[in-house]
Amino acid sequence: MSARILVPAASGILFGAGLALGGMTNPARVRGFLDVFGDWDPTLAFVMGGAVLVMAIAWRFIPKMAHPLFASGFSLPERSDLTPHLLIGAGLFGIGWGLAGLCPGPGFAILLVAPAEALVFVAALLSGMVLHRVAFDR
Amino acid sequence: MMLPGFPDAAPLEGFAGGVLIGLAAALMLLGLGRIAGVSGIAGRAFAINSSSLPKSSAWAFLVGLPVGALLIGFSAGIERPEFASWPVILAAGIIVGFGTRMGSGCTSGHGVCGLSRLSQRSIVATLTFIATGVATVFVMGALA
Repeated sequence: MSARILVPAASGILFGAGLALGGMTNPARVRGFLDVFGDWDPTLAFVMGGAVLVMAIAWRFIPKMAHPLFASGFSLPERSDLTPHLLIGAGLFGIGWGLAGLCPGPGFAILLVAPAEALVFVAALLSGMVLHRVAFDR
Repeated sequence: MMLPGFPDAAPLEGFAGGVLIGLAAALMLLGLGRIAGVSGIAGRAFAINSSSLPKSSAWAFLVGLPVGALLIGFSAGIERPEFASWPVILAAGIIVGFGTRMGSGCTSGHGVCGLSRLSQRSIVATLTFIATGVATVFVMGALA
Protein backbone atom coordinates (compact mmCIF):
# COMPACT_ATOMS: atom_id res chain seq x y z
CA MET A 1 0.00 0.00 0.00
CA SER A 2 1.16 3.45 -0.81
CA ALA A 3 1.71 6.39 1.50
CA ARG A 4 -1.31 8.15 0.05
CA ILE A 5 -3.44 5.43 1.69
CA LEU A 6 -1.35 4.66 4.77
CA VAL A 7 -0.83 8.28 5.89
CA PRO A 8 -4.53 9.27 5.88
CA ALA A 9 -5.52 5.87 7.33
CA ALA A 10 -3.10 6.31 10.26
CA SER A 11 -4.25 9.93 10.66
CA GLY A 12 -7.91 8.87 10.68
CA ILE A 13 -7.24 6.14 13.27
CA LEU A 14 -5.36 8.58 15.54
CA PHE A 15 -8.11 11.16 15.06
CA GLY A 16 -10.90 8.71 15.90
CA ALA A 17 -8.96 7.42 18.91
CA GLY A 18 -8.44 10.98 20.15
CA LEU A 19 -12.13 11.82 19.80
CA ALA A 20 -13.13 8.68 21.72
CA LEU A 21 -10.49 9.10 24.45
CA GLY A 22 -11.44 12.74 24.93
CA GLY A 23 -15.13 11.88 25.32
CA MET A 24 -16.07 13.73 22.13
CA THR A 25 -17.91 10.68 20.76
CA ASN A 26 -20.49 11.31 23.51
CA PRO A 27 -22.88 14.06 22.33
CA ALA A 28 -23.77 14.81 25.97
CA ARG A 29 -20.18 16.04 26.55
CA VAL A 30 -20.30 18.38 23.56
CA ARG A 31 -23.68 19.78 24.58
CA GLY A 32 -22.34 20.07 28.14
CA PHE A 33 -19.49 22.27 26.86
CA LEU A 34 -21.94 24.51 25.04
CA ASP A 35 -24.17 24.70 28.15
CA VAL A 36 -22.20 27.61 29.65
CA PHE A 37 -25.30 29.10 31.32
CA GLY A 38 -26.25 25.75 32.85
CA ASP A 39 -24.26 22.68 33.91
CA TRP A 40 -21.02 23.53 32.08
CA ASP A 41 -18.62 20.70 31.19
CA PRO A 42 -15.22 22.16 30.19
CA THR A 43 -13.81 18.85 28.83
CA LEU A 44 -14.03 19.95 25.18
CA ALA A 45 -11.82 22.95 25.98
CA PHE A 46 -9.07 20.54 27.11
CA VAL A 47 -9.51 18.48 23.92
CA MET A 48 -9.25 21.56 21.73
CA GLY A 49 -6.34 22.86 23.84
CA GLY A 50 -4.35 19.65 23.41
CA ALA A 51 -5.02 19.48 19.68
CA VAL A 52 -4.24 23.16 19.06
CA LEU A 53 -1.04 22.94 21.12
CA VAL A 54 0.34 20.05 19.04
CA MET A 55 -0.74 21.65 15.76
CA ALA A 56 0.71 25.05 16.72
CA ILE A 57 4.10 23.32 17.05
CA ALA A 58 3.53 21.43 13.76
CA TRP A 59 2.75 24.67 11.91
CA ARG A 60 6.05 26.19 13.10
CA PHE A 61 8.20 23.51 11.52
CA ILE A 62 6.44 21.38 8.90
CA PRO A 63 5.60 24.09 6.32
CA LYS A 64 9.30 25.07 6.27
CA MET A 65 10.11 21.73 4.63
CA ALA A 66 10.76 21.80 0.88
CA HIS A 67 7.79 19.47 0.46
CA PRO A 68 5.73 17.05 2.57
CA LEU A 69 7.20 13.55 3.00
CA PHE A 70 4.93 11.91 0.43
CA ALA A 71 3.71 14.75 -1.81
CA SER A 72 5.36 17.19 -4.17
CA GLY A 73 3.96 20.25 -2.40
CA PHE A 74 1.65 21.61 0.30
CA SER A 75 -2.06 22.06 -0.53
CA LEU A 76 -3.23 24.45 2.16
CA PRO A 77 -6.10 26.96 2.37
CA GLU A 78 -4.70 30.45 1.77
CA ARG A 79 -7.85 32.57 1.93
CA SER A 80 -8.07 35.25 4.60
CA ASP A 81 -11.20 37.17 3.53
CA LEU A 82 -14.14 37.29 5.93
CA THR A 83 -17.33 36.82 3.93
CA PRO A 84 -21.04 36.65 4.85
CA HIS A 85 -20.90 33.10 3.49
CA LEU A 86 -18.29 32.10 6.09
CA LEU A 87 -20.18 33.74 8.97
CA ILE A 88 -23.62 32.37 8.05
CA GLY A 89 -22.18 28.91 7.35
CA ALA A 90 -20.28 28.76 10.65
CA GLY A 91 -23.37 30.10 12.45
CA LEU A 92 -25.58 27.39 10.94
CA PHE A 93 -23.00 24.74 11.72
CA GLY A 94 -23.01 25.83 15.39
CA ILE A 95 -26.81 25.56 15.55
CA GLY A 96 -26.73 21.96 14.29
CA TRP A 97 -23.76 21.18 16.54
CA GLY A 98 -25.67 22.45 19.58
CA LEU A 99 -28.90 20.65 18.62
CA ALA A 100 -27.45 17.13 18.52
CA GLY A 101 -23.99 17.51 20.08
CA LEU A 102 -22.49 15.98 16.95
CA CYS A 103 -20.13 17.29 14.27
CA PRO A 104 -18.68 15.45 11.28
CA GLY A 105 -15.65 13.84 13.02
CA PRO A 106 -17.56 12.20 15.89
CA GLY A 107 -20.40 11.32 13.47
CA PHE A 108 -18.05 9.07 11.48
CA ALA A 109 -16.09 7.94 14.56
CA ILE A 110 -19.14 6.36 16.23
CA LEU A 111 -20.15 4.35 13.14
CA LEU A 112 -19.02 1.10 14.81
CA VAL A 113 -19.98 2.10 18.37
CA ALA A 114 -23.54 3.34 17.77
CA PRO A 115 -24.22 2.43 14.12
CA ALA A 116 -27.91 3.38 13.97
CA GLU A 117 -27.57 6.93 15.28
CA ALA A 118 -24.30 7.43 13.39
CA LEU A 119 -25.80 6.31 10.07
CA VAL A 120 -28.78 8.66 10.42
CA PHE A 121 -26.48 11.57 11.31
CA VAL A 122 -23.96 10.85 8.55
CA ALA A 123 -26.69 10.41 5.91
CA ALA A 124 -28.27 13.70 7.02
CA LEU A 125 -24.84 15.38 7.04
CA LEU A 126 -24.10 14.29 3.48
CA SER A 127 -27.61 15.37 2.39
CA GLY A 128 -26.99 18.81 3.87
CA MET A 129 -23.71 19.04 1.96
CA VAL A 130 -25.47 18.06 -1.28
CA LEU A 131 -28.17 20.66 -0.55
CA HIS A 132 -25.50 23.34 -0.27
CA ARG A 133 -24.01 22.26 -3.56
CA VAL A 134 -27.43 22.37 -5.24
CA ALA A 135 -28.23 25.76 -3.68
CA PHE A 136 -24.95 27.42 -4.58
CA ASP A 137 -23.91 25.26 -7.55
CA ARG A 138 -20.35 24.65 -6.48
CA MET B 1 -8.21 13.55 37.93
CA MET B 2 -11.09 15.78 38.92
CA LEU B 3 -11.39 19.43 38.11
CA PRO B 4 -12.48 21.43 41.17
CA GLY B 5 -16.04 22.67 40.67
CA PHE B 6 -16.65 20.40 37.66
CA PRO B 7 -17.10 16.83 38.94
CA ASP B 8 -18.18 15.48 35.53
CA ALA B 9 -15.29 16.98 33.55
CA ALA B 10 -12.51 14.73 32.27
CA PRO B 11 -9.60 17.15 31.81
CA LEU B 12 -6.79 14.58 31.56
CA GLU B 13 -8.62 12.27 29.14
CA GLY B 14 -9.71 15.34 27.21
CA PHE B 15 -6.20 16.73 26.92
CA ALA B 16 -4.75 13.31 25.99
CA GLY B 17 -7.46 12.88 23.36
CA GLY B 18 -6.74 16.36 22.06
CA VAL B 19 -3.03 15.56 21.74
CA LEU B 20 -3.92 12.47 19.65
CA ILE B 21 -6.14 14.63 17.42
CA GLY B 22 -3.30 17.14 17.07
CA LEU B 23 -0.89 14.34 16.14
CA ALA B 24 -3.40 13.07 13.56
CA ALA B 25 -3.61 16.52 11.98
CA ALA B 26 0.19 16.94 12.15
CA LEU B 27 0.62 13.59 10.38
CA MET B 28 -1.63 14.71 7.49
CA LEU B 29 0.40 17.92 7.20
CA LEU B 30 3.75 16.14 7.42
CA GLY B 31 2.87 13.24 5.11
CA LEU B 32 0.58 14.76 2.49
CA GLY B 33 0.85 18.51 3.15
CA ARG B 34 -2.84 18.84 3.85
CA ILE B 35 -5.40 19.93 6.44
CA ALA B 36 -7.20 17.19 8.38
CA GLY B 37 -10.65 18.75 7.97
CA VAL B 38 -13.26 16.04 8.34
CA SER B 39 -16.11 17.80 6.50
CA GLY B 40 -13.91 18.57 3.49
CA ILE B 41 -12.50 15.03 3.42
CA ALA B 42 -16.01 13.52 3.71
CA GLY B 43 -17.26 15.76 0.90
CA ARG B 44 -14.35 14.61 -1.24
CA ALA B 45 -14.92 10.90 -0.45
CA PHE B 46 -18.57 11.15 -1.55
CA ALA B 47 -17.74 13.36 -4.56
CA ILE B 48 -19.83 16.24 -3.19
CA ASN B 49 -17.05 18.82 -3.35
CA SER B 50 -14.04 18.88 -5.61
CA SER B 51 -10.53 18.66 -4.21
CA SER B 52 -7.10 17.61 -5.41
CA LEU B 53 -7.01 15.09 -2.55
CA PRO B 54 -7.14 11.60 -4.08
CA LYS B 55 -10.49 9.94 -3.41
CA SER B 56 -8.69 6.87 -2.04
CA SER B 57 -6.89 9.03 0.54
CA ALA B 58 -10.19 10.59 1.61
CA TRP B 59 -11.74 7.14 2.09
CA ALA B 60 -8.70 5.85 3.99
CA PHE B 61 -9.04 8.74 6.48
CA LEU B 62 -12.81 8.29 6.87
CA VAL B 63 -12.53 4.53 7.46
CA GLY B 64 -9.79 5.19 10.02
CA LEU B 65 -12.08 7.31 12.23
CA PRO B 66 -14.43 4.52 13.47
CA VAL B 67 -11.50 2.08 13.67
CA GLY B 68 -9.63 4.45 16.00
CA ALA B 69 -12.70 4.96 18.18
CA LEU B 70 -13.25 1.20 18.37
CA LEU B 71 -9.60 0.66 19.44
CA ILE B 72 -10.19 3.02 22.37
CA GLY B 73 -13.40 1.11 23.10
CA PHE B 74 -11.38 -2.11 23.38
CA SER B 75 -8.58 -0.56 25.47
CA ALA B 76 -9.16 2.55 27.58
CA GLY B 77 -12.93 2.25 27.18
CA ILE B 78 -15.35 4.58 25.46
CA GLU B 79 -18.12 6.59 27.12
CA ARG B 80 -21.60 5.37 26.28
CA PRO B 81 -22.94 8.05 23.94
CA GLU B 82 -26.10 9.86 25.04
CA PHE B 83 -27.99 11.00 21.97
CA ALA B 84 -30.68 13.53 21.20
CA SER B 85 -33.97 12.24 19.75
CA TRP B 86 -34.08 10.82 16.21
CA PRO B 87 -35.75 13.86 14.58
CA VAL B 88 -33.18 16.14 16.24
CA ILE B 89 -30.25 13.97 15.02
CA LEU B 90 -31.69 14.08 11.49
CA ALA B 91 -32.36 17.82 11.44
CA ALA B 92 -29.01 18.62 13.08
CA GLY B 93 -27.17 16.48 10.53
CA ILE B 94 -28.68 18.38 7.61
CA ILE B 95 -27.90 21.78 9.20
CA VAL B 96 -24.35 20.71 10.09
CA GLY B 97 -23.73 19.40 6.56
CA PHE B 98 -25.07 22.55 4.90
CA GLY B 99 -23.24 24.81 7.37
CA THR B 100 -19.86 23.12 7.04
CA ARG B 101 -19.90 23.49 3.26
CA MET B 102 -21.12 27.09 3.44
CA GLY B 103 -18.59 27.95 6.15
CA SER B 104 -15.75 25.99 4.47
CA GLY B 105 -15.05 23.76 7.44
CA CYS B 106 -16.04 22.34 10.80
CA THR B 107 -14.56 21.79 14.25
CA SER B 108 -11.50 19.98 12.88
CA GLY B 109 -10.60 22.21 9.92
CA HIS B 110 -11.37 25.57 11.54
CA GLY B 111 -11.25 24.68 15.24
CA VAL B 112 -8.03 22.64 15.25
CA CYS B 113 -6.06 23.20 12.04
CA GLY B 114 -7.04 26.82 11.35
CA LEU B 115 -7.07 28.12 14.91
CA SER B 116 -3.58 26.72 15.58
CA ARG B 117 -2.34 28.50 12.43
CA LEU B 118 -3.99 31.77 13.56
CA SER B 119 -6.04 31.88 10.35
CA GLN B 120 -8.32 34.90 10.52
CA ARG B 121 -11.17 33.02 8.82
CA SER B 122 -10.87 30.07 11.20
CA ILE B 123 -10.74 32.24 14.34
CA VAL B 124 -13.91 34.04 13.25
CA ALA B 125 -15.62 30.78 12.20
CA THR B 126 -14.74 29.03 15.47
CA LEU B 127 -15.97 31.91 17.64
CA THR B 128 -19.14 32.05 15.52
CA PHE B 129 -20.02 28.36 15.76
CA ILE B 130 -19.28 28.22 19.48
CA ALA B 131 -21.52 31.28 19.99
CA THR B 132 -24.46 29.87 18.00
CA GLY B 133 -23.93 26.47 19.62
CA VAL B 134 -24.11 28.04 23.09
CA ALA B 135 -27.22 30.00 22.07
CA THR B 136 -28.85 26.84 20.68
CA VAL B 137 -28.25 24.80 23.84
CA PHE B 138 -29.51 27.73 25.95
CA VAL B 139 -32.74 28.08 23.94
CA MET B 140 -33.33 24.31 23.95
CA GLY B 141 -32.85 24.28 27.71
CA ALA B 142 -35.29 27.16 28.13
CA LEU B 143 -37.89 25.41 25.96
CA ALA B 144 -37.52 22.02 27.65
